[in-house]
Amino acid sequence: MPLNITALVVFILFFVLVTFVGFASARWKKGDLDLLHEWGLAGGRFGTLITWFLLGGDLYTAYTFIAVPALAFGAGAVAFFAVPYTIVIYPFVFVVFPRLWSVARARGYITAADFIRGRYGDRWLALAIALTGILATMPYIALQLVGLEVVIAAMGVQLGGFLLYLPLIIAFAILAAFDYFSGLRAPAAIAIIKDLMIYVTVFAAVFVIPAEVGGWEKIFSAVPQQQLLLADNFGAYTGYATLFVGSAMALFLYPHSVTGVLSSSSRHVIRRNAALLPAYSFLLGLIALLGFMAIAVGVKAMPVYASGFAQFGNNFAVPALILQVFPAWFAGFAFAAIGIGALVPAAIMSIAAANLFTRNIYREFIRPECDPRTEARMAKTMSLVAKVGALLFIIYLPTAYAINMQLLGGIWIIQTFPAMILGLYTRWLDPKALLIGWVAGMICGTLMAWSTGFAPIYRLDIFGTVIPAYIAIYSVALNFAVSFALSFVFNAQSKAREDETMPGDYAVEAGPSGGFGH
Amino acid sequence: MDNNGAGRNGGLGVLWLLAIPFLVLWVPFYNRVEPTLFGFPFFYWFQLGWIFVSMIVTAVVYYATEPQDKTR
Repeated sequence: MPLNITALVVFILFFVLVTFVGFASARWKKGDLDLLHEWGLAGGRFGTLITWFLLGGDLYTAYTFIAVPALAFGAGAVAFFAVPYTIVIYPFVFVVFPRLWSVARARGYITAADFIRGRYGDRWLALAIALTGILATMPYIALQLVGLEVVIAAMGVQLGGFLLYLPLIIAFAILAAFDYFSGLRAPAAIAIIKDLMIYVTVFAAVFVIPAEVGGWEKIFSAVPQQQLLLADNFGAYTGYATLFVGSAMALFLYPHSVTGVLSSSSRHVIRRNAALLPAYSFLLGLIALLGFMAIAVGVKAMPVYASGFAQFGNNFAVPALILQVFPAWFAGFAFAAIGIGALVPAAIMSIAAANLFTRNIYREFIRPECDPRTEARMAKTMSLVAKVGALLFIIYLPTAYAINMQLLGGIWIIQTFPAMILGLYTRWLDPKALLIGWVAGMICGTLMAWSTGFAPIYRLDIFGTVIPAYIAIYSVALNFAVSFALSFVFNAQSKAREDETMPGDYAVEAGPSGGFGH
Repeated sequence: MDNNGAGRNGGLGVLWLLAIPFLVLWVPFYNRVEPTLFGFPFFYWFQLGWIFVSMIVTAVVYYATEPQDKTR
């Protein structure tokens, strides 16, 4: 790839802009950034519109923008699971997550594991939830770097030797600095810029490219016939349906989603956003179709992109398409959108992982007596550690590891579903039963994923009928079964149930002091 | 179980509307090319269109339950 100076200049200009915004955001909705709920949740002050941008920037990541069309490009219809995935998630969020917001505000919880600790009074179950969150988040941060790596390479920036990773390191150093300085306010402010840029890019693509190749018919007819639809059999249907349901069940259990939810200023903000966030789902559907556009334009056969495809596989489809159909300055704009799209979720994820470590490992097990300022300082340091870890992951391990780990991350995080989601409604389940169910689900899911060579679908033989389904669904089903069965046993033995939350906590409108409960 | 903001008494029925988006689980229904719309096979425009159905349903339920779920 020749160095694309115009695109690179535009790209760098936008990075300078967001760096400035990232630092300036420390003064936005002013709070004492030496306190964890101010640094890590922006004091819970975000209204409907900012939460919409923040969650949009958080959930629909740079990796999504690269990987979903790459899947469409290589495998066709199945990539569209991203659309029903985000259709079924929001009615669920509408009903369930205002309860999490309320109980968190009533009791001053900052993480999911804080809630588990308070609800079940069991530090080991809380530790399991915290570790699952950290473990699932780390490869996800690493994958954001892959998105960034692809667009940097697409602009022809190819440094040799020890300079190979310099652009990534610079981008992450900027990210780490404004994150440390401004906390969650930084990604929230930057998300507004990034989301608007993504909307502009995608709508430009949707208007320009079909006109260029001769209409949508041409685009769809370029897709290989057997990939245009799912295979017409039961297994293909169960595979598709469980993939989107399982992904949906997992999505809002991720620490970065919980952070987004808890930073909103009221439970109504969450309810409103459940109706407004699907706008991004529509965008994601269009982004998936970029994969088909790349087929129709025929980028894979073009010699100029051969080195990109050799290095990044189908993940290079969208960057190649952008370079092919847009003028250089707009390609720079689009790549900046994707690149900044990597920074926003990476920032929120590392803040969320840092909150979990600080609250549920450091303060719970290492320094219970630590004061609020030490706590906030610890979290800031841990957010740096999380980013350095992700960077080392990408530099020293093959990208395939990060992708496999992220698949495992989805299977692992869904194992927190019984404790978290059912816990928002009932205290009937026993914490020890939930912990054993979690262990069973983690082991079962990991073994299944390993046996399929890290493909998401497992073909389970149930009484002679083979039913292909998403591993997360099978493993969480086992988790549910174990948790319920053992809760029956343990509840029969003892009636004592520790629980610091009150039924009314799940519907409160504000914390004890009207703000954050501390 | 206790009140879920939306209200266990009175406004709960409308929550059942939220089951409508889940009809997208019936994959064989939309796994077909015809009828096409603006060149989009049914598989694609149905799922994209269902996003709007989902948004409208959620908005309707929001407005129907908001009086019980008092805003500041």
